[in-house]
Amino acid sequence: MAWTFLTTRGLDGLAARWAPRLLAVSALLLVAGLYGGLVLAPTDEEQGEAYRIIYVHVPAAWLSLYGYVAMAAFGAVALIWRIRVAEVMMAAAAPVGAAFTALALATGSIWGKPMWGTWWVWDARLTSELILLFLYIGVMALRAAAEDPRAGARAAAILALAGVVNVPIVHFSVEWWNTLHQGPTVTRLAAPAIHPAMLAPLLVMAAAFMVYHAGAVLLRARCLLAREPAAALAEEAA
Amino acid sequence: MREGSAEGARPRLEARGLACVRGGRVLFRGLGLAVGAGELLLVEGPNGAGKTTLLRVLCGLREPEAGEVRWAGLPLRRAGMVFRASVVYVGHAPGLKDDLTALENLAVAAALGGRAPAIDPREALARVGLGERAHVRAGALSAGQRRRLGLARLLVRPASLWVLDEPLSAVDRAGAGLVADLLRGHLDAGGLAVVTSHAPLGVPGERVRTLRLEGGAVTEGAA
Amino acid sequence: MSAGAAGAFAALVRRDLLLAWRRRGDRLVPLAFFVMVTALFPLGVSPERAVLATLAPGVVWAGAVLATLLGMDTLFRSDLEDGTLEQMLLSPLPAPVLVLAKVLAHWLVTGLPLVLAGPVLAGALHLPAHAQPVLVAGLLLGTPALSLVGAVGASLTVGLRRGGMLLPVLLLPLYVPVLTFGAGAVAAAAAGLPAAGHLYALGAILALAATLAPWAAAAGLRISVA
Repeated sequence: MAWTFLTTRGLDGLAARWAPRLLAVSALLLVAGLYGGLVLAPTDEEQGEAYRIIYVHVPAAWLSLYGYVAMAAFGAVALIWRIRVAEVMMAAAAPVGAAFTALALATGSIWGKPMWGTWWVWDARLTSELILLFLYIGVMALRAAAEDPRAGARAAAILALAGVVNVPIVHFSVEWWNTLHQGPTVTRLAAPAIHPAMLAPLLVMAAAFMVYHAGAVLLRARCLLAREPAAALAEEAA
Repeated sequence: MREGSAEGARPRLEARGLACVRGGRVLFRGLGLAVGAGELLLVEGPNGAGKTTLLRVLCGLREPEAGEVRWAGLPLRRAGMVFRASVVYVGHAPGLKDDLTALENLAVAAALGGRAPAIDPREALARVGLGERAHVRAGALSAGQRRRLGLARLLVRPASLWVLDEPLSAVDRAGAGLVADLLRGHLDAGGLAVVTSHAPLGVPGERVRTLRLEGGAVTEGAA
Repeated sequence: MSAGAAGAFAALVRRDLLLAWRRRGDRLVPLAFFVMVTALFPLGVSPERAVLATLAPGVVWAGAVLATLLGMDTLFRSDLEDGTLEQMLLSPLPAPVLVLAKVLAHWLVTGLPLVLAGPVLAGALHLPAHAQPVLVAGLLLGTPALSLVGAVGASLTVGLRRGGMLLPVLLLPLYVPVLTFGAGAVAAAAAGLPAAGHLYALGAILALAATLAPWAAAAGLRISVA
């Protein structure tokens, strides 16, 4: 049946088949994207070679948001339709998204050193990204703290959904706060009218990160399923 | 058509294919039961067999891993408010605020019922033998008196299904007689009850059916 | 709201206010905490008037956020322990309405004193007098929003043994917008700029929280009692 992936055993099979393929594809894309970004793309007139960190920073920042929305979407499915597989996927998506957020923060900070001469600026985007990391940490901590993994996953799903409402408000508030305190924002992550030769590797890198996200989440879902025999037990009991 | 008429239908609690997992262990699976008007289902089993869990599933506080509970033919989730208006649960936790008096506690419980209390809370207190202690803080009552105060909820909330978890714990002989009286009156009036108890309830045998939980196995029979 | 729901709402608010009154010593802790946190800044940074005046909006608001956080864990905990929470969820009345009653009582006991103490503490930090009305308005809009959002976090952690430790980690990121808009409003007013925009934003957040938080908290409580 086409819907077998909705059972834990079905998800396990799906993940066993697809996680390695997706990770292999993402590795290929990553090599292509890095070659394009670090070798083929022209040097920036103003920022020199330092700008090349955007090939990691910008896709990581995109994926941090994409990962959060994906996690919350799995959470919504888990809460509304009470599908166990969605609980597992939500739990699996949290650390992967958090890793991208941490990567975006680290690369943003490294980029700041040559740009502004300091490792950290309270720029609107970096601050929002930091709060996003806190939201991820909250979701993971809440899930881990519950004794019953199912209850933990569902509680974490509610928190993730609260975060979805929160993220745009945080961004808006921080942007406003930032303009009030520092005048026009100093960063332009995507330079206006970016040169096509610079843009192409960026998109390849974004694709590589997205495919990696899917593969890593499926792989983690398998690990979670293996660690929770109770889940399969209950399904057999049904 | 049958689905929409939950309120008018004869009260009946049914469960089919229930499974519960706790702490990585299956408490029970494939559990089915049916309780009709005037019947008491006595749930028996050793400690840790899942009696309390089953009771919490039956009154909708906990979701089963599998299977469903129906009230008057409707799944609990759909029966929603109609079901919750028909059930009173007296569990291990007394459901009392220690800093409120007995009467204040009972008045809040009655208000949460959403309609006028079946009898005046003062009268309910008198009937459970706490008439003199109405203005004493619940925290200052003895364990047996607190149990009686919890049971007084059964009088103020008009409900057809009583779910009682060890109602005889901590009560003296007079208290046990009170529980027996309450249950007999409830069953005679066409009420339903699901009860766990280690001591005899004092309810006529023909009204009682037992369900035994043991190591995941379920056996049903008359008492 | 039906007559039954209105009656239960009132009964629950009255119950929680009565309980707070009988344990009034406990309920003063967040307020005392608010005062102490604020007092740390002149001691830790500088007693200089100009320095404190620039810090005042942020310090008072951060203090209010932390004090709210401190009181949040108590919202449902005793109800869970004594079993009154499961009785609440078994009531035929809609759980979000009952949650709203509890949040209202909680805000009256812990939030409102912060609103009243805010201008006093801000005055002690030499906030210009013309910014005080904006501070009070912001606290009036912001602290109920903090209580509502806090109820969601409290509902999710109440069943956990170390939930009290976890709660600040869950709630602080959710409190950021209220803090930035609230402190921003006061800072703008102190600088002689219009603060209405910030206050509108706070009002919008309050409206959003009042609409969504009771549902989310009710769902969280159902998970926590199971």
